[in-house]
Amino acid sequence: MPVLLGVVFIVMLTIDLLPGDAVTLMLGEHATKDAVATLRAHLGLDKPFAVRYVEYVGRLARGDLGRSIQQNRPVAAELADAWPATLELTVAALLIAAAVGVATGVVSAVWPNSVFDAIARIASLFGLSMPIFWTGLVFIVIFSLWLNWLPVGGAGSLTHLVLPAITLALPSVAMVARMTRSAVLDVLREDYVRTARAKGVGEPWVLAKHALRNAFIPIVTLLGLQSGQLMGGAVLTETVFAWPGLGRLMVKAIFARDYVLLQGAVLVFALAFVVINLLVDLSYGLLDPRVGRQG
Amino acid sequence: MSAWARFGRNRLAVLGLVVVVALALTAALAPWLAPHDPARQSLIEKRARPGAKYLLGADEFGRDILSRVMYGSRVALLVGVLSMLIAVAGGLLLGTLAGFVGGWLDAVLMRAVEMLLAFPYLLLALAIVAILGPGALNTTVAVGIWGMPAVARIVRGSVLALRETEYVAAARALGSPAAALLGRHILPNIVPGLIVYATLFMANAILLEAALSFLGLGVQPPTASWGLMVSTGRDVLLVAPHVATVPGLAIMLAVLAFNLVGDGLRDALDPRLRGSAS
Repeated sequence: MPVLLGVVFIVMLTIDLLPGDAVTLMLGEHATKDAVATLRAHLGLDKPFAVRYVEYVGRLARGDLGRSIQQNRPVAAELADAWPATLELTVAALLIAAAVGVATGVVSAVWPNSVFDAIARIASLFGLSMPIFWTGLVFIVIFSLWLNWLPVGGAGSLTHLVLPAITLALPSVAMVARMTRSAVLDVLREDYVRTARAKGVGEPWVLAKHALRNAFIPIVTLLGLQSGQLMGGAVLTETVFAWPGLGRLMVKAIFARDYVLLQGAVLVFALAFVVINLLVDLSYGLLDPRVGRQG
Repeated sequence: MSAWARFGRNRLAVLGLVVVVALALTAALAPWLAPHDPARQSLIEKRARPGAKYLLGADEFGRDILSRVMYGSRVALLVGVLSMLIAVAGGLLLGTLAGFVGGWLDAVLMRAVEMLLAFPYLLLALAIVAILGPGALNTTVAVGIWGMPAVARIVRGSVLALRETEYVAAARALGSPAAALLGRHILPNIVPGLIVYATLFMANAILLEAALSFLGLGVQPPTASWGLMVSTGRDVLLVAPHVATVPGLAIMLAVLAFNLVGDGLRDALDPRLRGSAS
């Protein structure tokens, strides 16, 4: 909660310092002084910053996010329209990152310095180096234009989700694969793994029961961090694929200097991030019996 | 084995270094290397396919893509280097203050750093650009501020660790003033770690600048910026895919090169990390 109040404070303060003014943008350069003053009063912009902050937080507590300046719709409604699309996209990307990244990392760690490992490591370097807005465009050219398999953009069906989700997931796949590889390699050097092997436990069982379980903690931490990066990346992916989510809404709000909408969008992102961190913390308790629940 | 020798044995890292040097040379010599004026329009040749006259084709306005990619390396490197300097200078100041002074200042600074680090990178930079407005200079500042917290945390950690070492305790016991302790005994030991971070930061700074410019919030037209070129190429993606995809290759190559050099430096400067990390 203090984090959210802090975010609101910072966002409002920073938007307050914006050189561009929503009012002049709405009325045009040649608006009369009177018209500007009336609109400012109507939007509540004539009040001092502290008053507006308290008012905004007060309204926030009642679930009122204000009305967007451009569309003059309740911000809550605009956000409600957009967030399921972003959630769908980021969850899909996170699942891809977790599945492909962990699998690749484990195979790399079990056969280090094999051909697979070498290819996987080079591929993950590329994954980390490709700008995702460009990867998205390349995918569109290959899979939509040349092969004609998948739609160019928009949302609606599962086929629309494939390209954006893979595009968004790629850097995270690379990060997760690298991290998993080093975490599993570390665990495989531990004494208890040697003990398990010595007492005749089969290799798949050693991996599943001893290695993976212990390697999961850094991996889950990373996945939590990655979901934050995915939300950031969603801004780009949504722009490339015309995906009707929060990221696109936020970019539009920035261009329109629609500070009410921008505040709301940033708030939703911050809230999502707090929830994800909470889930990651809770999962430690499930994965590692040493982490007490009272912590 | 010295750090340089270790670096030299890492073939990928050397390859990355070669690309970085080539990139720097291209940026410095762009006016002499570029086959065409990057701003000269030729509307009858717009969207020309790669060929003899325009090696990598021409864009929507008939401008030579190869020349623009060459000039774009100036923007990418300039924004990268300047933002890196901002991040390192700011992070060094904040991290040293937090680690050396300690107490409530440390607590406040580190809480702020944690909050900033928790924020997804693009959203933070977006927020800063939203405040400052678009433009090359503001993009540089935004990328620099984005990099500050991580540097501050690295520096603080090293300062805290070094403050407890015996040679610093000895220097302190001999009565050396705080400035001398910092300048002679603590900061020089932070430099290797910072160089590694700065190199890897360059890769991310180039990506971030490209992303912001792609969204229209970074470098503004008609300046040749790679991200911006991808963005304008996007409008003609289905008729002339090369306009958007070629500049993206340049971004990837530059980022890959800095990542390779950074990874190589890390392994060379800190041999203990070898094998387990990366």
